[in-house]
Amino acid sequence: MFYREAGQFKTSYTADMAIFPLREDRIGLAVIIVCAYALALTGNSFLLQAVMIPFLIFSLAAIGLNLLTGYTGLLSLGTGAFMGVGAYACYKLTTLFPGLNIVLCILASGFFAAAIGVVFGLPSLRIKGFYLAVATLAAQFFLQWCFIRVPWLVNYNVSGAIEAPLRTLFGIPIVGATATPETRYLVVLTMVIGLTWVASNLVHGRVGRAWMAVRDMDIAAELIGIRLLRTKLLAFAVSSYFCGVAGALLVFLWYGGAEYDVFNINQSFFILFMVIIGGLGSLIGSFMGAALIFIMPIVLGMVVPAVLNPFGLGVSAATIEHLRFMIVGALIIFFLIVEPHGLARLWQIGKQKLRVWPFPY
Amino acid sequence: MNMLYSIFVEPFVLMGSAPDLLIQTLWEGLVAGVLYALIALGFVLIFKASGVFNFAQGIMVVFAALTLVGFHEMGVPALLALILTIGVMFVLAVAVERVVLRPLVNQPDAILLMATFGLTYFLIGFGELIFGGSPKQMITRELYLPQGSTDLDLLGGLVRFQHIDIAAAVIASLIIAILAVFFSKTRIGRALRAVADSHKAALSVGISLGQIWVIVWFAAGIVALVAGIMWGARSDVSFALQIVALKALPVLILGGLTSIPGAIVGGLIIGVSEKLGEFYWGSLVGGGIETWLAYIIALLFLLYRPQGLFGDKIIERI
Amino acid sequence: MNGREMPVTVDVASLLAVENVSLSFGGVKALSDVSFDIRRGEIRAIIGPNGAGKTSMLNCINGFYHPTQGSITFNGERRRRMRPSAAAAGGIARTFQNVALFKGMSTLDNIMTGRSLKMHSGFFWQLLRHGPALKEETAHRRVVEDIIDFLEIQHIRRIPVGKLPYGLQKRVELGRALAMEPQLLLLDEPMAGMNLEEKEDMSRFILDVNQHFGTTIALIEHDMGVVMDLSDRVVVLEYGRKIADGTPQEVKRDERVVAAYLGLAHEGDQA
Repeated sequence: MFYREAGQFKTSYTADMAIFPLREDRIGLAVIIVCAYALALTGNSFLLQAVMIPFLIFSLAAIGLNLLTGYTGLLSLGTGAFMGVGAYACYKLTTLFPGLNIVLCILASGFFAAAIGVVFGLPSLRIKGFYLAVATLAAQFFLQWCFIRVPWLVNYNVSGAIEAPLRTLFGIPIVGATATPETRYLVVLTMVIGLTWVASNLVHGRVGRAWMAVRDMDIAAELIGIRLLRTKLLAFAVSSYFCGVAGALLVFLWYGGAEYDVFNINQSFFILFMVIIGGLGSLIGSFMGAALIFIMPIVLGMVVPAVLNPFGLGVSAATIEHLRFMIVGALIIFFLIVEPHGLARLWQIGKQKLRVWPFPY
Repeated sequence: MNMLYSIFVEPFVLMGSAPDLLIQTLWEGLVAGVLYALIALGFVLIFKASGVFNFAQGIMVVFAALTLVGFHEMGVPALLALILTIGVMFVLAVAVERVVLRPLVNQPDAILLMATFGLTYFLIGFGELIFGGSPKQMITRELYLPQGSTDLDLLGGLVRFQHIDIAAAVIASLIIAILAVFFSKTRIGRALRAVADSHKAALSVGISLGQIWVIVWFAAGIVALVAGIMWGARSDVSFALQIVALKALPVLILGGLTSIPGAIVGGLIIGVSEKLGEFYWGSLVGGGIETWLAYIIALLFLLYRPQGLFGDKIIERI
Repeated sequence: MNGREMPVTVDVASLLAVENVSLSFGGVKALSDVSFDIRRGEIRAIIGPNGAGKTSMLNCINGFYHPTQGSITFNGERRRRMRPSAAAAGGIARTFQNVALFKGMSTLDNIMTGRSLKMHSGFFWQLLRHGPALKEETAHRRVVEDIIDFLEIQHIRRIPVGKLPYGLQKRVELGRALAMEPQLLLLDEPMAGMNLEEKEDMSRFILDVNQHFGTTIALIEHDMGVVMDLSDRVVVLEYGRKIADGTPQEVKRDERVVAAYLGLAHEGDQA
């Protein structure tokens, strides 16, 4: 009824190639973005600090991994470590050059992650699938070891942890203990929107097509002139850049500090699960997957005790965590069986139904 | 110069001057290698019969050990607990076949691999939910496994052999021998090899895929239980063992995914080089290189020979 | 290329010359001592029974396999080893026996990938999808739309090719190869598994491509009727050796061909 492409005629290829060709989609997106900014005005610090900021950051990491795994078909289990590289690089940058704008530091730290990503992506020319996953595990364990054993990375802190120093943007603190959740939220939101826009530009153009071609049939891609090594390494670089920025945001705009264990293998897996559940090869799916995986334990933590406590059954935080693992594992299997394209496909089907509503077909 | 000396000369001088230490390190490497090989073996079994890269094999090791100890903690006698655990592994095999493999038959390898990631996390959550997350002691004595150690006077020093390690090596060799006979001599073993070659062809000659899968997952579960008992006897039983169990992956890469001898040789190579590396070179970079050395070895090896030591050469066709 | 060039007289009219090419995998000889040429603007058929080495021959031509012996001269340039991407850049495009499309991508995107080599806008502009990147994308989109019109596949533009029926997939694959604007188009069994109507359509496209764009075509095909109607010259392989070479009429009369190929095909018909 209100979601129709009827009457919207495209008169140029440019208009037809727009990422959101439908007027309704563009309006919907605008509404979502306005609402997201408006959230900062509600002043609900818990919502911003405990839900929205981490949700956005994990979405960004999931987008990064999706570019590699979903679009290029290269399985990586080193996401956590690449996020760590971004975080530690950002820490070194901002402590070496305290005058440098922190937003620039965060954006620059992604390049370090990208460089490391390229190094560990080199084997991808010769191996794929399970073998590549093991190769990226090497990155995961080696880099995590570096975070522990190279004291230079943490400026020789005895604690072995990095801590976000006070940094301001236009005179307002955005990083450090005195930064309010509102300002941090606005910074994260803006950066995530900007980078998502960039990712969307990439996947809809020449680069994205080359990635998907490599994913779907690498031999044929090579025979039409796509250079495999270059394409795969570019995917590793861009993916790791996004993960690196997400890692820097995680430490500087959410935790406020971190040690090596934040970037462990479970982190890698949970980002991967966000991508699988959200939908391999879908940017919007990355947001949905992040929402499901990240927000589910929060909901569990509220619902399960509320259900069980009246029966006199106490539920510990550890039990919730165990339940989370179980449910996430079961969800992965469920989605792979029922809808391998994840939440993104369900979203698409929903939109299709809406398009023809009130008729079934 | 100093650096070069401490990398290329000093460790070898140390090896020569204290051969007892070298033997001790080698022995520990071999034992670790046997256990890696045992975990890798479970993996090879499943891969051969169903073409699934079972990432959850490592977790099955921990899950089996945890179940065994968990039952015992609930007051079940040790041997009964062992039998119950074997029963649990059977139920797990049936459940995996019904819930995961059967609906995903004919899906791309990557999908099946990711499904085993899901299985991994499900088992972690499930195991901890039932038996609790705190580390536990393996019931070594109750299972009549040897304890203590023998010190041998070798090459001018005492070399210590833990009895449990010797038992581990013997039991692992036995299991490997049994599996080898099982594969080559029995009807089921031949069916397994047929399935490994081609699912469709096996189906067409009347082999039940579901039955075969239950059998291999059960066999892999038993192998996991044995590996779990042995690892558990050397340290605590908890999901932290997962990291150790993951080392079976570089072993597989070294040995090739489909080769049982490959799993054994790969396991021994990784085990020994890890211990030697850690003991003689680890201190140069602050120690703890055991966590990644195996992966880097596997990575370098992949670049040189992607199909593994015993794997078949891959020819691409279009 | 490899230092010691042998003086070989290459016919100026020929776009591609295969000279004494042999290829073996381990002990198995896929091709032995095969020589033939393809002239500019012609349709050249390669025929032979199953396992005669036809696809291996195409794989050698576009650099996917490297001949163990012999050389291939394309456009006056002689080489033995060459990377597939270099062959593509040199103007060789192909389709595959078992359709090798990018299954997760739409028809439009699949054909757009064929333009990869012709797109040069910088990575920075790709990030922004503005300026040169957008202009380039639009220009190539126009070319691709022309190909889509030519192949009459407008209605499946946006559909992921994995969902298309086989005949249409083959057509999209031809479109992707055409998007490369090749000098030499290699078609590996373009009509396998098609019904009569689809075969007629595909034959029409092949002739149109050859006549309107002047593209040289080498094709492998089992349907003898199609081969006889379409091709200017035919080369016949058997067990990796060339047994005949000439116009369809000549080849048809050749006794060895009748014995090896047509006889075999006849047996196949009865089975």
